[in-house]
Amino acid sequence: MTVFGVPTQALFGQLLIGLINGSFYAMLSLGLSIIFGLLNIINFSHGAQYMMGAFAAYFLLQLAGLGYWWSLLIAPLVVGLTGVVIERTMLKRLYHLDHLYGLLLTFGCALVIQGAFRHEFGSSGLPYSIPAQLSGGYNLGFMFLPTYRAWVVVFSLVVCLTTWFLIERTRLGAYLRAATENPVLVQAFGINVPRMITITYGIGVGLAALAGVLAAPIYQVNPLMGADLIIVVFAVVVIGGLGSIMGSIVTGFTLGVVEGFTKVFYPEASNTVIFVIMALVLLVRPTGLFGRAP
Amino acid sequence: MTATVTEDRIVAPAVQPAAVPRHQIVAFVVMVAILLGLPFFVYPVFLMKALCFALFACAFNLLIGYVGLLSFGHAVFLGSAGYASAHAAKVWGFPTVAAIVYGTAVAAALGVVIGALAIRSRGIYFANITLAFAQMIYFFSLQAPMTGGEDGIQAVPRGTLFGVVDLGQPLAMYFTVLAIFLLGFLVIYRTIHSPFGQVLKAIRENEPRAVSLGYRAEHYKLLAFVLSATLSGLAGATKDIVFQLASLTDVHWTMSGEVVLMTLLGGLGTVFGPVVGAFVLITLEHYLAQLGAWFTIVQGFIFIVCVLTFRRGIVGELSRIIRKPL
Repeated sequence: MTVFGVPTQALFGQLLIGLINGSFYAMLSLGLSIIFGLLNIINFSHGAQYMMGAFAAYFLLQLAGLGYWWSLLIAPLVVGLTGVVIERTMLKRLYHLDHLYGLLLTFGCALVIQGAFRHEFGSSGLPYSIPAQLSGGYNLGFMFLPTYRAWVVVFSLVVCLTTWFLIERTRLGAYLRAATENPVLVQAFGINVPRMITITYGIGVGLAALAGVLAAPIYQVNPLMGADLIIVVFAVVVIGGLGSIMGSIVTGFTLGVVEGFTKVFYPEASNTVIFVIMALVLLVRPTGLFGRAP
Repeated sequence: MTATVTEDRIVAPAVQPAAVPRHQIVAFVVMVAILLGLPFFVYPVFLMKALCFALFACAFNLLIGYVGLLSFGHAVFLGSAGYASAHAAKVWGFPTVAAIVYGTAVAAALGVVIGALAIRSRGIYFANITLAFAQMIYFFSLQAPMTGGEDGIQAVPRGTLFGVVDLGQPLAMYFTVLAIFLLGFLVIYRTIHSPFGQVLKAIRENEPRAVSLGYRAEHYKLLAFVLSATLSGLAGATKDIVFQLASLTDVHWTMSGEVVLMTLLGGLGTVFGPVVGAFVLITLEHYLAQLGAWFTIVQGFIFIVCVLTFRRGIVGELSRIIRKPL
């Protein structure tokens, strides 16, 4: 069976790969958006922190014997804590300056983190196997669906929607949104805004680490796994509109699928299609599809 | 930008630039004297690399230091001009000067296209958008047939200067590069001290006010962007003729990060800062290159230290001590 001259097998295969990539785009751009909303900085070390999540999973298994399920819980906490340290010791000193300094600082952090891991572990990947409960797959008739990949898509969808719910529908999220609009006023109402900023940064970083744990069995654990990925995620964030929560989720998944289909129909453009879309979106809407005016 | 020396807050039509202050002439003469003498003591190829990056950093500084726009994709102009000039010199057999001019023109054209799209936004949005465009060009360079993919364009002929001087000679090549660097440097100096440059600074300090005074900020910003792209291209085209190699390294985003670091370390918005920053960083790279990942770590630390405690940069601190802009 073929669609537009392409076997359905290949079509659905790429659709799945697109959904997987989209899951990572969505989770990473969601974290970036949350951080940007409150701190007004682009967290350039997001890719490095995603990589740290994967390494945390690897270490937990190798050193402590803790498997995948524990990693899903512990790795984001540990990496999130390193984020809290970065925020408390360094980022905090930059809030009174131009926001570009935050970007430069996190860029420096990314270089140090990636350099250190590359120094220790080289550039080749370390294997991390799929947990036993999620190995194997289903034959759907028109394609073979590996269980782990289905799990990644479903799990990241759940994480994204939960985060959206927390921010848009709970009291804590209301504080957060209020502080995004006007931190001084919110602080005047007796809410500890600096602590909220720290926690927000920690959560954003934790989301990156969670994506890293999910990625470990699919891509290998590699010091540079986040370095180029994060640039694509930046483009996704620009398309969705900086700071928009739903925007990052929707554009993340959509662009993953678009990229997957480009691989089927015009493989040469698969690396650049997201950037081309970005240019087109910017021509029409300089603040992105879901963005507010800067 | 808080860290830059912001003594100029003049927002008025037809600003007359002041005469060049004497201490800047002295600094310029000292710089030229050092650069004329250095190749007799230091390996010329190393110096040529530093000069090309110094010009690149100066061009970048025109945008961040005087318009307040942080481009995180400037490598694209360096790299694409390099590809263009290398291709012209090697495949089409252009004479060296024509190849460099062609490369520079390609960077200028790219600057018009990317600039027109990017200057509609500012701040972090601008940084993000330039970065994404640069990555798009990177992937294009990786796949396009004329760039040679991972291999790059190798064995580019250095050729001659107007058919007279053989540029295979290290010193002849060095003084040609020096001349190109000084040309670019003076163009930038003239630009930032012209009425046009004063308007740019006005836009940096308070864009709505500059607009309300009747300046079309978008046009000024675009022109500055194209100028910066063109001079980055000049640096890239020259660099690839010197090294006889055009490679993917020059279009990768890490290169965009390096030029930010050079400018930051030397001093944002200072005339001589980017030159100093480029020389310091290229020297560091020279000694740390064997250590592999360590260079990346050191770069990262310099970034963090500069941003946290040393935002004026080397030349910025110097000029604070002598209380005169450098």
